[in-house]
Amino acid sequence: MAAYSTYSYDVLVIGAGGAGLRAAIEAANAGVSVGLICKSLLGKAHTVMAEGGMAAAMAHNDDRDSWKVHFADTMRGGQYVNNWRMAELHAKEAPDRVRELEGWGAVFDRTPDGRINQRNFGGHRYPRLAHVGDRTGLELIRTLQDHTTYLGVTVHMEHTVIELLLDGGRAAGVVAYDRERGRFHVFSAKAVILATGGIGRAYKVTSNSWEGTGDGHALAYRAGAELIDMEFIQFHPTGMVWPPSVKGILVTEGVRGEGGILKNSEGRRFMFDDIPDNYKPQTASDPEEGWRYVQHDKSARRPPELLTRDHVARCINREVKAGRGSPHGGVYLDIAWIKEKVGNAEEHIKRKLPSMYHQFKELADLDITKEPMEVGPTTHYVMGGIRVDGDSQMSSIPGLFAAGECASGINGANRLGGNSLSDLIVFGKRAGEYAATFSRENGQARVDDAAVDRAIEEALAPFDRGEAGENPYTVQADLQESMQALVGIVRLEDEMQEAVKRIQTFKARASRVGVTGHREYHSGWHTALDLRNLLAVSEAVALSAIERKESRGGHFREDYPEKLPEFATFNVMTKQGPGGSVQVSRAPLPPIPDHLKAVIEEQKT
Amino acid sequence: MEAIPVRVVPRGFGETNRRDAWWVTPIVVFIGLGAFVVYSTWAAFQGEHYAFGPYLSPFYAPEIWGDSPHAWFGPKPAWWPSLAPFSPALLILPFPGLFRFTCYYYRGAYYKAFWGDPVSCAVGEPRKSYWGEQWFPLILHNAHRYFMWIAVIFLFLLSYDVWKAMWFLDPATGEEVFGIGVGTLILAVNVVLLSSYTLGCHVMRHVVGGVFDEVSKHPVCDKAYACSTALNHRHQLFAWCSLFSVGFSDIYIRCCSMGIFTDLRIL
Amino acid sequence: MAKATFKIWRTHEGGDGTFQTFHTEVTEGMVVLDVVHKIQAEQANDLAVRWNCKAGKCGSCSAEINGKPRLMCMTRMSQLNLWEPITVEPMRAFPPIKDLVTDVSWNFRVKKTIKKFLPRKPDAPDGTWRMAQRDVDRVQEFRKCIECFLCQDVCHVLRDHNKHDEFIGPRFLVYAANLEMNPLDTEDRVPDLKNEHGIGYCNITKCCTTVCPEHIHITDNAIIPLKERVVSRFYDPITRILRMAK
Repeated sequence: MAAYSTYSYDVLVIGAGGAGLRAAIEAANAGVSVGLICKSLLGKAHTVMAEGGMAAAMAHNDDRDSWKVHFADTMRGGQYVNNWRMAELHAKEAPDRVRELEGWGAVFDRTPDGRINQRNFGGHRYPRLAHVGDRTGLELIRTLQDHTTYLGVTVHMEHTVIELLLDGGRAAGVVAYDRERGRFHVFSAKAVILATGGIGRAYKVTSNSWEGTGDGHALAYRAGAELIDMEFIQFHPTGMVWPPSVKGILVTEGVRGEGGILKNSEGRRFMFDDIPDNYKPQTASDPEEGWRYVQHDKSARRPPELLTRDHVARCINREVKAGRGSPHGGVYLDIAWIKEKVGNAEEHIKRKLPSMYHQFKELADLDITKEPMEVGPTTHYVMGGIRVDGDSQMSSIPGLFAAGECASGINGANRLGGNSLSDLIVFGKRAGEYAATFSRENGQARVDDAAVDRAIEEALAPFDRGEAGENPYTVQADLQESMQALVGIVRLEDEMQEAVKRIQTFKARASRVGVTGHREYHSGWHTALDLRNLLAVSEAVALSAIERKESRGGHFREDYPEKLPEFATFNVMTKQGPGGSVQVSRAPLPPIPDHLKAVIEEQKT
Repeated sequence: MEAIPVRVVPRGFGETNRRDAWWVTPIVVFIGLGAFVVYSTWAAFQGEHYAFGPYLSPFYAPEIWGDSPHAWFGPKPAWWPSLAPFSPALLILPFPGLFRFTCYYYRGAYYKAFWGDPVSCAVGEPRKSYWGEQWFPLILHNAHRYFMWIAVIFLFLLSYDVWKAMWFLDPATGEEVFGIGVGTLILAVNVVLLSSYTLGCHVMRHVVGGVFDEVSKHPVCDKAYACSTALNHRHQLFAWCSLFSVGFSDIYIRCCSMGIFTDLRIL
Repeated sequence: MAKATFKIWRTHEGGDGTFQTFHTEVTEGMVVLDVVHKIQAEQANDLAVRWNCKAGKCGSCSAEINGKPRLMCMTRMSQLNLWEPITVEPMRAFPPIKDLVTDVSWNFRVKKTIKKFLPRKPDAPDGTWRMAQRDVDRVQEFRKCIECFLCQDVCHVLRDHNKHDEFIGPRFLVYAANLEMNPLDTEDRVPDLKNEHGIGYCNITKCCTTVCPEHIHITDNAIIPLKERVVSRFYDPITRILRMAK
């Protein structure tokens, strides 16, 4: 059996994006020993891609804002299948979490009176997103990373976790390999926090980097934890569509927040054609009002471009399918037009959206201050994930915590832009805090050597098969193709049944993949290992989507296009059953307390 | 994390995988700066043809002792050692010379072009040893700020020379009359370029505002910092333009004085 | 569709390396990282390359393309001359791990030696601060850094003179500048910059600024202002006297 080195921590954090780093900081501050494992180098996690900002009801730009409005916005965006407790905590605690970042060195854009500036974003009633130009995610991760640097947290970079170890039903540690040399490492811990991010790599067009393979989801799932809401996937309406190599890369919603408009090939501003009834009272009636809104006119209502992401994505999808798309299969997003409204628009755009300007200039050779961009929907975010307790972020497995995108609950059926960054810091902190407490109250768990050996043996199997095995890249590409085509933005029962069938064949193929060569930095081998995770989450997504026979938020079914009240009472839950089967069930939503119901009603007007 | 010691395999001089003509810039800088140094040294030692009518070559300004009417204190003093070379330029030229020698832009440029340290980015170097500006002698560059203040004084003196270059002696009446010649314009442009170079100096930027972390709380500094920063963005451009204009001013006046050029009166 | 020849650095057992030649097809809009991935998928499964976001935001895919330090994801094939072979090699200033991957852990160790952010007391009773956008503009430029370490790679003090023990390199001078010039920060890093961090080794040849994919004016806006602060503190007798008079 392959040799491995061992490490022991009180709290082990898996993933060093916003949530993982914030959890590590909190746990380290609580005085326990903390290990942090990240799949890439420190500070490269997918959080850097977040652009728009982090939502927190600090009411700097509009004093009508409060946690209640933020809570109600989040619940409405999530179509009321959110974990109300998480939405409540998030709305209440986000302002403090954002302010605390400033004390750690984050430098947000300022209001004229010197406070943190907040911008408008889709689904948020008031300007609420603390931001730094259009690179807020980088600011968040760098601030947390720099703060962590001085806290004595041990960071294991470029390590990938392949197995979660249990001790009598309690989390006990993990088995990981390092990319550099391909050696194995066993970490034992009193508490484990999963903060592994998303599953975007299950799809062909995605804004996620190669890391987004649903590792945390799959590790927890295989260990017996429950996943909920996996059918709710957010397709961001604006990803780049050209050139092919960057297809899917995000174009921030901030472009629309600054006045960018969507047009089809006929030049029509099609978003005005289809405004859902529940958003009509808050949506501008004409382009002029929409423009006044992005100019911070408090009496104006938002333009339809800033409706929720699921809706905008479907509208774009419809335009493209109807043949009114742009040459490369998207629609036009135009920010250059604001030169009709503001003097020196070119400088204004460059200052407000520097990385977007940069991104299009360098990658597509297009000047966004002069020409419209071509954009289309891209798989962006999974609302579903590990089912956790709202307060402590502990999963159904004692000692196993989850925070950030891989946890589920706060976003319900659809996430509002800007809520993810604040989610990371609010629940990252909570996970760190409760994990530290858990580690103090519970002794060291025992690592099962046999389980370690099994995990390593399984991980090395692709080398045993060598050239005789199937190419892991091909299986991955086929899976992505199938998920994109069959469980995408618009879903149908037959297609999803077909996807489930295909996933079974992919599973069989995945068990036959082979790689050759050495273990150092071997991306073919890494892909082979990631496949298991991608397949587990893909299956959970497809089966959950079949179970929810209605349309809600990020889940849209052509065969059940309406939202149905009977589906508003539960989350679809998936759990590993005997023999590797998937158990799908309906987990009833806990009732919303009356005082919060009142808040929601209050804000509906 | 294990600490792997960093060991770098050095490359030989000029060794690189760069495909572009990386050697062009250092050669141009070498020729440009070299030509200027050679010409200015020659011109400084000449000690004649540095003035023409109301014009005074910037190499010779201010003329402390000298034979032209521009001299402050008349001809060369009697106590000047007979063996030491004398030229009005030698007394003053070291100051602007040292200002440029210690300038952050020129330092970077001549380290590359004259010393190959590095000759160009990502290209192998001729020497293994390196002290940088951390140690003697290059640590002396930190005196740059003093030379900058002297250069600022020179700006005033040269501006005064432009003023004087507007008053021509009327041979008929023997009185000074206002006028503008091509030489006046050349000297005026020279002062503008020198000011753009000097006021955009990194030290100036530091002194007027960069020293504060919250410059917005000092309104005058705030403005000055913004102006200096704007000039500083084009520091390299002004460094070259002003270098050229100083040299050209001298050549122009020298040629007029020698009768090669005829200075045109515009007004 | 066009043909291109790539010469990619491959390490052998024992740590040495050579260029291996690959012929491949490139299509419109491709960047160098795409080609490397294509070669990896079709011709060399075990070719090691570090990458992440593929949008110039994470700073993982640093390498030297035709001898110039660049991000592979931000180097479009249309900018390169396809008539000659394109060389892709790892950063030279760091120890090689495999193929295009280098060990950049030195950078993370260096960061720890720089004193951390220490904010002044909050300006408002609610624990918040007030800052003018104009003042944070300066710091925000430095905070654009994506830590690709290309500036460290191109800096001849590290690359050719191996002064990793005495000099922190452009990236961390930018990091120090970001802290020193932060309106809220009260820590003093100037003595460290001179004595521990070797700011005097920088001879302002601006190669770091040239390669920065975020277009940060590293030399003009970060290093030289820090050098001036060091001069004011240690080398300028007049400011010393003024300080003592205060």
